[in-house]
Amino acid sequence: MRTVIFRFTAPYLTALMVLFSIFVLLRGHNDPGGGFIGGLIAASAFAIYGIACGVVAVRRALWFHPMAISGAGLFFAVVAGLFSLFAGTGFMTGLWIFPVFFGNEVALSTPLLFDIGVYLVVVGGITSIALALEERDTD
Amino acid sequence: MAGPSDLAALKAEAMVEGALAPIDYLVVAPVAVCLLFSAVLLMLRKRIDWHPWLAIPGFLALFAIDVLLLLKVALEGPQTMMMGNWKPPFGIAFTVDMLGALFVTTAGFVGLAATIYATFSISRTERRYGFFPFLFLMMGGVSGAFLTGDVFNLYVWFEVLLIGSFGLLILGSEHEQLDGATKYCFLNLVATTLFLITISYLYGLFGTLNMADISGKAGRFEDDGALLTISVLFLIAFAMKAAAFPLNFWLPASYHTPRFVVSALFAGLLTKVGVYALIRMVLMLFPAQHADLATIIGWVAALTMLVGAFGALAQSDLRRLLNYFVIAGIGTIFAGLALTETGGAGEALATAASAATGTDGGMSAAATTGSAAPLVTGTSNLVVGLSGAVFYALHSIVVMTALYLTAGTAARIAGSSSLRGMGGLWRRAPGLAALMLVFLFAVSGLPPFSGFWPKVILVRGAFQSGLPWLGAVILLTGFLMTVASARVFALAFWRDAPEPALAGARDFGPTGQPSPLLSILPLLILAVFVVAAGVSPQWLVTLTEVAARGVVDPAAYVGSVFGGAS
Repeated sequence: MRTVIFRFTAPYLTALMVLFSIFVLLRGHNDPGGGFIGGLIAASAFAIYGIACGVVAVRRALWFHPMAISGAGLFFAVVAGLFSLFAGTGFMTGLWIFPVFFGNEVALSTPLLFDIGVYLVVVGGITSIALALEERDTD
Repeated sequence: MAGPSDLAALKAEAMVEGALAPIDYLVVAPVAVCLLFSAVLLMLRKRIDWHPWLAIPGFLALFAIDVLLLLKVALEGPQTMMMGNWKPPFGIAFTVDMLGALFVTTAGFVGLAATIYATFSISRTERRYGFFPFLFLMMGGVSGAFLTGDVFNLYVWFEVLLIGSFGLLILGSEHEQLDGATKYCFLNLVATTLFLITISYLYGLFGTLNMADISGKAGRFEDDGALLTISVLFLIAFAMKAAAFPLNFWLPASYHTPRFVVSALFAGLLTKVGVYALIRMVLMLFPAQHADLATIIGWVAALTMLVGAFGALAQSDLRRLLNYFVIAGIGTIFAGLALTETGGAGEALATAASAATGTDGGMSAAATTGSAAPLVTGTSNLVVGLSGAVFYALHSIVVMTALYLTAGTAARIAGSSSLRGMGGLWRRAPGLAALMLVFLFAVSGLPPFSGFWPKVILVRGAFQSGLPWLGAVILLTGFLMTVASARVFALAFWRDAPEPALAGARDFGPTGQPSPLLSILPLLILAVFVVAAGVSPQWLVTLTEVAARGVVDPAAYVGSVFGGAS
């Protein structure tokens, strides 16, 4: 699969897909989308990059090991639940704040943090499987 | 969009009111702590030298939380927390009663001991593959299964603990391990699918999956066979998980392949999760159907005990032998679940049996009367059987873990786990041999250790509820297990070491001896429970009886969910 055309377009395609996955993640609270589907899109982006340019390049680009990304996601998800400890409500209660940045109201919430956690778990898990399979293939 | 006043009204209708104190978070804390530690250790995957030093405090914290939870439940009754503050039965409830609290505390206890053992028995490569994160993930799943009050959530925690256990099972990536893991995975897939199908059937009937809600509705439900079908399906699914006869074949085929410490936790905990789920789903939710099924459960129990005991006699490998001890233990627990309210025949036999077994416990005569008296007089056989079953399950969690860990140390010293290749350990490691003797006594049900009292309760209960053959099978199994234990001790410890040629060279973890204190510490911790529950069982009998009453009459459980959830 290492044709010139594919190797040339893959980085752009990957960047676009990762951007789109973040868009899908953020719109997920009220519209179709969310952490899981966003994570799948991002993981397929990394898989495409791996097919085109090799697994080593993906690992270098990701910086963190995929399993560490998964761990971070799990951490965020649990912490999102623990915020309600300070609010005195049941575990995993949705809590919202509406800070204003440059005149725009931004809705930040624990469900969003939880969704980011799901996103990272899926990205890390699927990417590490995909990279392991691609590594075997080239051996 | 709804206006602010509408929103407040909607919230008042859908969400639980009232503030929670941080102490209420104890209900979810075991799960949260496990998952947090799992996540942090996963992120620190490059610093594997730190892993043991984070894992031990993590398990200490888990055990401390479990004990606090147990105390809170003992003092205040069942505790409930609604996830996301949604009102029951729509939100997911975490409800912990005495049964769940006892199981989760015991799980934390053996988890702590196993972690200390793992710090020196798990090699760097295996740590790099994620031993400790998987361990925390599995403990999170086990704790969640014991704490949840929602049937579908129970399924989810089964999945979480399975993911953790798959990871632990194939840690060495050896051919044999993959073979064992495939059988384990397949069987669990079948059992979990069956569980899931049953859940959908249950939801179709009741329109709710909240256990407290189902428990309230099941009594009023006009049964046309649907509830019995559900109960049978649950029985099959959980009997498969618990490795009860005739669905026990997968356990001896897979539990001997991973590391000793992993086998120890699997043997101690995972089958008992199946038993717990069976108690929760069938005995608590469908008591009428349980009465119909009691005879079948009794036969299953008897055959499981006999298969386990005879299987143990036939094995020559220490770990395979212990696998069959696990099965025999499951059979004994099931025997306690086979007792029903009806009966009363064989009263004279019961007194005779209690006199026969009671003489052995002469060294703690006060405890004999103390433990047996409140259980026998004035309580139903159902409570007696369940209380004995829960006691035996807790004992079995601790003792099976302890036996596998001791066997692991013994195999490392002897360089073999085959009874033909081991020997002379009495001389080389007297402390270890003494501990092994304690655990073997306990698992065979000999006094003065923890296996004796639950068997007394169960045998008495069996005779009282008109099932003398079941009591006889329990006694026979105890005898056969004593013979098997004696064989282990005589061959592996007592006799002189065989010629080195016989001892096959196998890898039992990293070479290099750990400090003797560290390697004996986890066994000592477990032995403390075995001796404490054996010499003075009253405290535990009181707790298990409360747990059994809570299952037989779940009013307090239901009240904790629906009457003021805070």
